[in-house]
Amino acid sequence: MHVFDLAAPDDFDGWRDHARGLALAAIPPEKVSWRVAGEGGDLFGQSGSQANRAGYQPLSVPRAFIDLARSAICHSDPERFALLYGLLLRVCATPAILTDKADPLIRRVEALAKAVRRDLHKMHAFVRFREVEGAGEGMRFVAWFEPDHHIVRAASGFFVDRFTTMDWSILTPDLSIHWDGARLRESPGATRALAPSGDPVEDIWKRYYAAIFNPARLKVKAMMKEMPRKYWANMPETALIGSLIAGARNREVAMVEQSQKWLPDGQEEGLSTHAIWSDLRKEAAACTRCVLHHCATQTVFGEGPVDARLMFVGEQPGDQEDLAGRAFVGPAGQLLDRALADAGIDRTHAYVTNAVKHFKFEQRGKTRLHARPNAGEIRHCRWWLDRERALIKPSLTVALGATAAHALMGRALSVSSVRGTAQMAMDGGETWVTVHPSFLLRVTENKEAEYRRFVDDLRVIARRLEALA
Amino acid sequence: MAQLSIPEKLSILADAAKYDASCASSGAIKRDSRGGKGIGSTDGGMGICHAYAPDGRCISLLKILLTNSCVYDCHYCINRASSNVRRARFTAREVADLTLSFYRRNYIEGLFLSSGIIRSPDYTMEQIVEVARILREEHDFRGYIHLKTIPDADPALVQAAGLHADRISINVELPTSAGLAKFAPEKDAGQIDRAMSGMKAAIEDGQDARRRYRHAPRFAPSGQSTQMIVGADDATDSQIVARAGTLYDRHALRRVYYSAFSPIPDASAILPLQRPPLMREHRLYQSDWLIRFYGYSPLEVAQAADEKGMLPLDIDPKLAFALRQRGLFPVDINRAPREMLLRVPGLGTRAVDRILSTRRWRRLRIEDVARLTSSIAKVRPFISAQGWQPVAMGDRADLSAWVKPKVRQLELFGG
Repeated sequence: MHVFDLAAPDDFDGWRDHARGLALAAIPPEKVSWRVAGEGGDLFGQSGSQANRAGYQPLSVPRAFIDLARSAICHSDPERFALLYGLLLRVCATPAILTDKADPLIRRVEALAKAVRRDLHKMHAFVRFREVEGAGEGMRFVAWFEPDHHIVRAASGFFVDRFTTMDWSILTPDLSIHWDGARLRESPGATRALAPSGDPVEDIWKRYYAAIFNPARLKVKAMMKEMPRKYWANMPETALIGSLIAGARNREVAMVEQSQKWLPDGQEEGLSTHAIWSDLRKEAAACTRCVLHHCATQTVFGEGPVDARLMFVGEQPGDQEDLAGRAFVGPAGQLLDRALADAGIDRTHAYVTNAVKHFKFEQRGKTRLHARPNAGEIRHCRWWLDRERALIKPSLTVALGATAAHALMGRALSVSSVRGTAQMAMDGGETWVTVHPSFLLRVTENKEAEYRRFVDDLRVIARRLEALA
Repeated sequence: MAQLSIPEKLSILADAAKYDASCASSGAIKRDSRGGKGIGSTDGGMGICHAYAPDGRCISLLKILLTNSCVYDCHYCINRASSNVRRARFTAREVADLTLSFYRRNYIEGLFLSSGIIRSPDYTMEQIVEVARILREEHDFRGYIHLKTIPDADPALVQAAGLHADRISINVELPTSAGLAKFAPEKDAGQIDRAMSGMKAAIEDGQDARRRYRHAPRFAPSGQSTQMIVGADDATDSQIVARAGTLYDRHALRRVYYSAFSPIPDASAILPLQRPPLMREHRLYQSDWLIRFYGYSPLEVAQAADEKGMLPLDIDPKLAFALRQRGLFPVDINRAPREMLLRVPGLGTRAVDRILSTRRWRRLRIEDVARLTSSIAKVRPFISAQGWQPVAMGDRADLSAWVKPKVRQLELFGG
């Protein structure tokens, strides 16, 4: 058993010198043991370091191996020197072996290197300097950091490159480094007590940390993954994390509540919903979602108070509605008005609209004969109806006729099958289905009875609306 | 109004900047402060996240507004003219000093400066450029600077910004021009587009000059990026992905950031009250990755979306694409080209590189693949390997139930 001494836990050059000689002499890995100065090593081995150090002989290995070994050697795993020597022998035998990523030894060494790279990255990121009075006229910056691996030397280049014109020291438990603007100096490990305990700028930094945090999103797991708790002790801003998380929920609830004040239930608030509704109406005026816009005069949008609790949905505008641009103003509309009055419902408190917003007709001479909208047209136009309903949020909706019921329920159904019972619309709203007033105009038998039945339906709905209030 | 202290201003102006998604310092050139008068370096790689906030986002830069006063009235923005927030304004020198004092303590990688529009776009742009000039010229600051430019500003000012900054960005704000017209009435989609293509030309000119003359000044060496807000208007995921695809293609953008619309205090009534699920933003980023690193075209990503054009929230877009294109699978892990390996759900670019590298040595068995990936369970139904065929798995109607993640993350504030 040969024991080899290394000057430091990250002594790559020392390891390389020994390993080169050993590899050239083809010494198998199990005959070699490694000892870091100042650490306990293999007690039973004999020092064999000098014999192999004599004479430099070249040994070529791929660049990738040097990079890998340089990283992996900083790991705190005591087996790293032996693993790397074992890998070196493999690489000497088969230089391309490093590309075999499924090989267990290569995987193990790569895992070491990866852990070291992560630790280095975190040190670059999480070191926090604190300002102290310097010896000369300038200021000095001192940080305390606790890395997992032997990375302080490897990390020093980054800090020199970045803070070239500053005086700084980074203290760690095993090794401290100091930069005076020209030269990097090392000293033994330190303790936290030797580092300064605060810096006035930290309060400003904490304010920034608190302000840049968006309480509407909370992803604590994502934060913990990238900034594990072990680093928190040395980062001033982490003192705020607990209170920020606790406050986040309240802050979001408060924000949503505050913006809800803009919604329709008062004077001023109703105005802004009305503004959205006007925009919607304007947009709908230019609607070309289906072919009906070609022949119709204009889009007939719904009308009524935007905070209405009751919504009537008809089929589509008729001839007169198409010309006037308003829903339910023709003969059917007049009949509806009469029935509503008989049932004790105030039409001015209800929102009245149609399932399809353009008039569909067949031209017969000079008259335009009503034609029933097909399923595709209903589906296209539901886009507008959905928006109207989302805005107005009626507690109760009345579907007048099968087309309206189709639009609201999302499937074709007959009025008679669902008449007189509460239904649920696709968006979850309570819906009652009854006949369309134009049916009452068309029907020849039992005209009076049908009208009374219609008014009865409306009375039931009025009572239900009261009950809901 | 009483004079605000620097910390008070910082609170207001950082708070106002937090709705900008980007905080990245990636893609910079390599630069250090050796031989200079000042401090600062950039690493040329992924950038460094110096801290993480509980919203899971990285804090890499000092991200602030010069002022949150604004003459524009964009509905989605907390700083719009009609909003009732506290206003504050930094001087250019205050921002420069703050940046340096944070930088010296290793809190940040640099500065990300944006601003509300005060007086005029030109005046505002001048102030932004002045901050960068103080940092670069007076302090020889060599850290990262990201400047947000204003599309309507004088091209000469934008040119000056590009000479100081590592990265330049112009926000497209909303994925569709109809949305922009509705929510940001003073902004003009055409103008934003023109500004971005102008920026692209300037960046290319700069690169060209560097090739001819070694000392030609660098112009925005980290390129340009942009941001759009998701969930404020009703643009679908397919529309958003298509728009991003166009932006990458036409303006050679480095990054498109998506910011899930957050309910903001004092919101305009025209906006939705509820935020879209954060997962939606995540799925968009995943689809963005597919386009940038996995060789998917925006059209292929759109195939992962449902008939309404929305990406599924419960599974990632790559898996959704695979479930819809089952004819492409199983992929033979030992023979398939790189492009096909990249389409296998569960295989990332690194895993694919490892597979390509390893299969020169042996025919991979399923256990080998398991060693090269983080989770074999997701990969298994979509590949064949030595001694492994996903028997009839590809034909199962309930395949998605097999591969979907079992645990759903609960909406923290749902209901």
